[in-house]
Amino acid sequence: MAQNRIDNFKVIVIGGSAGSLDVLLDITSLLPSMLKAVIIIVLHRRSDSESILEKLLSYKTQISVSEVEDKEPIRPGHIYIAPGDYHLLIENENTFSLDYSEKVSYSRPSIDVTFESAAQTFKERLLAVLLSGANADGTEGLGVVKEYGGYSIVQNPETAEVGFMPRQAINAGFADSILDGKEIAVKISELLRQ
Amino acid sequence: MLNEGDLDVLIAEVAERYGYDFSNYARASLRRRVNRLLVIDRFPSFAELLYKIKNDASYLPHLVQELTVNVTEMFRDPATFKTLREQVLPILATHPFIRIWHAGCSSGEEVYSMAILLQEANLLHKSLLYATDLNPAVIENIRKGIFPLNLMKDYSENYIEAGGRNDFSNYYTAKYNWAKFDESLKAKMIVATHNLVSDRSFNEFQLILCRNVLIYFDKVLQDKVLGLFDDSLDQLGFLVLGSKENLRFSPIAKKYTQLTNREKIWRKTG
Ligand SMILES: C[S@@+](CC[C@H](N)C(=O)[O-])C[C@H]1O[C@@H](n2cnc3c(N)ncnc32)[C@H](O)[C@@H]1O
Repeated sequence: MAQNRIDNFKVIVIGGSAGSLDVLLDITSLLPSMLKAVIIIVLHRRSDSESILEKLLSYKTQISVSEVEDKEPIRPGHIYIAPGDYHLLIENENTFSLDYSEKVSYSRPSIDVTFESAAQTFKERLLAVLLSGANADGTEGLGVVKEYGGYSIVQNPETAEVGFMPRQAINAGFADSILDGKEIAVKISELLRQ
Repeated sequence: MLNEGDLDVLIAEVAERYGYDFSNYARASLRRRVNRLLVIDRFPSFAELLYKIKNDASYLPHLVQELTVNVTEMFRDPATFKTLREQVLPILATHPFIRIWHAGCSSGEEVYSMAILLQEANLLHKSLLYATDLNPAVIENIRKGIFPLNLMKDYSENYIEAGGRNDFSNYYTAKYNWAKFDESLKAKMIVATHNLVSDRSFNEFQLILCRNVLIYFDKVLQDKVLGLFDDSLDQLGFLVLGSKENLRFSPIAKKYTQLTNREKIWRKTG
């Protein structure tokens, strides 16, 4: 059996807003089933108590998908979703925590908050991905990811459903690589299979 | 931006000088609070903030206010209130007196929501609602019973989702930009400061609500506080946590049964 070498990227955190769902589904469906990395998804959405996102993603993969609860352990080989109306923080290498403080960029969960927190903990082992959206969220967080030596992929604003959010990050100079939605899914699955 | 060492220094200083012990708070969140404080109060660096803490006792209320998170709303998680209304209150109704503790209740939105439920179930007259928080500033608002008028539309929707059938606006009078809630709701509230880190159990309750407070604590403090609730809860009493909090990994879990697997309501059955 080919050994997964994900020492480089232990953690992948993906931030998306308006128009990012299809890309997210693509990424999920291409993930290797023997996943050793941790995948964390922060998606802007209405703060419904029920999460359809969890269900939608589960249809696409064998990997377990769940919304994070407070102080839940961070386990490799899982896909975690930031729950609606909470900020998702990384307490330490092994533990999530949640926070119900003020919205950031009109958002809770905020992508900036999770990017920043993940960067401080996972440093150069973090891969951050910023997708389609109509909001400025994510750019500041990507800056912190870069500062701590992480790698960033930003969706191509030209082909994204809503280009505003990725364009902010690119203009700020925080994109290591700019890819179309489909390419992102392929790229991530390659990185994970290397 | 402050580093981990700075945070330890601040925590030690605040504990020693003022008796507020944040050492078992969840670090990721606390670090954000302190960074935010540096920004909103325009401290050029951590050293200036520390100097302020050491030399200006009048800064303490503001410090406590900003280090903690007070965001709350009425009938937050309406489904939880609906379950309380339909499944918990009918059981509490069989008691001669009902004692309820809202631990970490912030400015009281949750307490007023509960008072409305109790009034509608015709139980308020035999209930006592203990509303506590470590922050003396936020609980002042409970005594006033005044909330921003522009939020009433959202609260009214929550109220209906929580099974409310009345016209929500019957519960308050609007004045300028404020909604003042009916005095009758307040009559059974006992408002006091109580620090879950350092204060003890002070009564026996049939229902304890502590929502979105434990998320700010580390595992050690969470377990300690859950122990305090366990000591303060009657046999067959109910414990309500926030929608993303769970009893599952705590030492007291084995004594408790979750009421429905969707709501964070447990009954002390063991
Ligand atoms: C986010 S609010 C929760 C309000 C309400 N229960 C809700 O869920 O909407 C958190 C509250 O916990 C309080 N708190 C924080 N640490 C505390 C402690 N050690 N003891 C008591 N209250 C505390 C804060 O002052 C704040 O008002």
